[in-house]
Amino acid sequence: MSKLAEVDYNQYLRVHKLPTTWCAGCGDGAIMKSLIRALDELQLPRDETAIISGIGCSGRFSGYLDYNTLHVTHGRPLAFATGMKMAHPKGKIIVVSGDGDSLAIGGNHFIHACRRNIDLTLIIINNYTYGLTGGQVSPSTPLDSSSPTAPYGSIEPTFDTCKVAMAAGASFVSRTVVASPLHMDKMIKAGLSHSGFSVVEVMSNCHINWGRKNEYAAAADLIKHLKDRSTFSAEESEADGKHLLGILRQDAEMKEYATTYYQMVEAVQAKMAEKKGA
Amino acid sequence: MPGQIYALTGNQIVARAAIDVGCRFYAGYPISPSSEIAAEMAKALPKVGGAFIQMEDEIASMAAIIGASLTGKKSMTATSGPGFSLKQENLGFACMTEVPCVVVNVMRNGPSTGMPTFPGQGDLMQAKWGTHGDHPIIVLAPAYHREIYDETIRAFNLSEKYRQPVVLLSDETLAQMSGRLEIPDKSELIVINRETPKVGPKEYKPFDQSQGLVPPLASFFEGYRFHVTGLTHDDTGFPTENTTIAEQLLSRMRRKLTENLDDILKWEDYLVDDADILIVSLGSASRSALQAINEARESDGIKVGMFRPITLWPFPEEALKKAARNAKRIIVVEMNEGQMALEVERILHRTIETVLRYNGQMISPDEILNRIKSYESCEAAKV
Repeated sequence: MSKLAEVDYNQYLRVHKLPTTWCAGCGDGAIMKSLIRALDELQLPRDETAIISGIGCSGRFSGYLDYNTLHVTHGRPLAFATGMKMAHPKGKIIVVSGDGDSLAIGGNHFIHACRRNIDLTLIIINNYTYGLTGGQVSPSTPLDSSSPTAPYGSIEPTFDTCKVAMAAGASFVSRTVVASPLHMDKMIKAGLSHSGFSVVEVMSNCHINWGRKNEYAAAADLIKHLKDRSTFSAEESEADGKHLLGILRQDAEMKEYATTYYQMVEAVQAKMAEKKGA
Repeated sequence: MPGQIYALTGNQIVARAAIDVGCRFYAGYPISPSSEIAAEMAKALPKVGGAFIQMEDEIASMAAIIGASLTGKKSMTATSGPGFSLKQENLGFACMTEVPCVVVNVMRNGPSTGMPTFPGQGDLMQAKWGTHGDHPIIVLAPAYHREIYDETIRAFNLSEKYRQPVVLLSDETLAQMSGRLEIPDKSELIVINRETPKVGPKEYKPFDQSQGLVPPLASFFEGYRFHVTGLTHDDTGFPTENTTIAEQLLSRMRRKLTENLDDILKWEDYLVDDADILIVSLGSASRSALQAINEARESDGIKVGMFRPITLWPFPEEALKKAARNAKRIIVVEMNEGQMALEVERILHRTIETVLRYNGQMISPDEILNRIKSYESCEAAKV
């Protein structure tokens, strides 16, 4: 049986900022460790890497990791990241966001980052809810869930993050679940290794603000539930709406936006030089 | 040495000046009457190796220029009223994180969608108070073509110098009208770049109060690996809930501007020394006022002068008081329902008159002239 890579986590953390603000048992900690394992294995140059997050529990990622870090307004990390990438195309930029941050208030930035296929990695932590503000309904809250803003059960249809990403044009789309750390490592690593817009959706647990209201008050129970609600079989996913895991799209040939832009810049400048010479 | 002479619109001049002062990143979203700025930047930036991007919305454009500026690139966006409203949250983020950037607002008649291709000056207060919370802001309001060039340069310089977003308020008339512009020789251009840290990454604190009112700003990807957040933060940039630090942070941000007014404020006094009547106006409205003043002096012998803020916020209070000292009447001329009039009244503590227009039409020199001559209607304006 394979084991998780052994890593000196502290080396990547701003240790003096710990402990985290996350609740005991929250998936965010496991995801952060998985991200660190991927960063360790890929050895991305620390100074050439930035981590940007928005608002919500996922927003706190940027503060704990020892990189160039930016914690921005609600829903906008992809827009900040896009500007940063275009201004500094050599930089590796990782955006950590949540289902509320990226699918609701930041939905426009999400689909357009996909469309541009700009070289950013988006780790979108889907915990079915707005955990930080008390468990309100998000675009991924399961139907009939109980929530402070859906006291009689949620009637909101949900987004399938990965289907939206693929339809909008992202060149790498994958889904994993916090219950399977090895798979999570693999997906995050693959996302970070991809050149183009890569989306890694991680199904995660908010047992406090979603679970308690929906019969999964214990972290372990909710993690097990998420595992049961996930599948590697496309048929099974189609049949009963389980979360389909794995790399759902990987297209290395698709044009990357920043590269295309700077190729155009070179062409414009070559033409100018030609004109000057003539 | 005289520079080259061009016939350019106000929007073209903004772009031209931005490139000249070293702007290398632009993000925008189409909106009348500012769109030509984006078009000019899209054309010009590739030629100098800079980046242009048309973002998916106004909010994203504002976010993108902050992200870009953090890499050390001078960055700009341009918009008009509705877009300016949408940018406000991230404009506040730039104030709070002290990231230099320039936001051009080509004002049109509002509110809401209003009259998109008609002039207005209804965003004077939004430019100061548009984002939530107390925050410092510098707003510049040019009135002439050469001044648009100079103030765009100054917007970038002040932004870099004070780690501060700067708003350039243009309006539909200035933006769309062609005018003669003599572009100064490059050697005459004053270019200020942000101060970068003199200490190494280990000692660096991005909001270090001990470094004075404007702590040096490192760029991302240069080895400093610092943290930037819109949350209230301490000297190191990390969030804090310490109320003493919160107060220190906001006070320092305010004092950045209030203790550097000599450097930031700019205004024009026009024939104020002997003026019995002082007109206070700005932007394109002041051009009508100028004509009215000249006519009143030449044809009617009425001594009228004008005080024109070029730095609108912070408002040049002392300069206004001085200009108004001997004036018997004060007339505020602006294309809104009396926004600057409120400020003038607050500063001068006296009865003022107004010539206002907020229907999408320019104020004509005749309207102003009539007000100058109508002594009998010298009553308090309802502002």
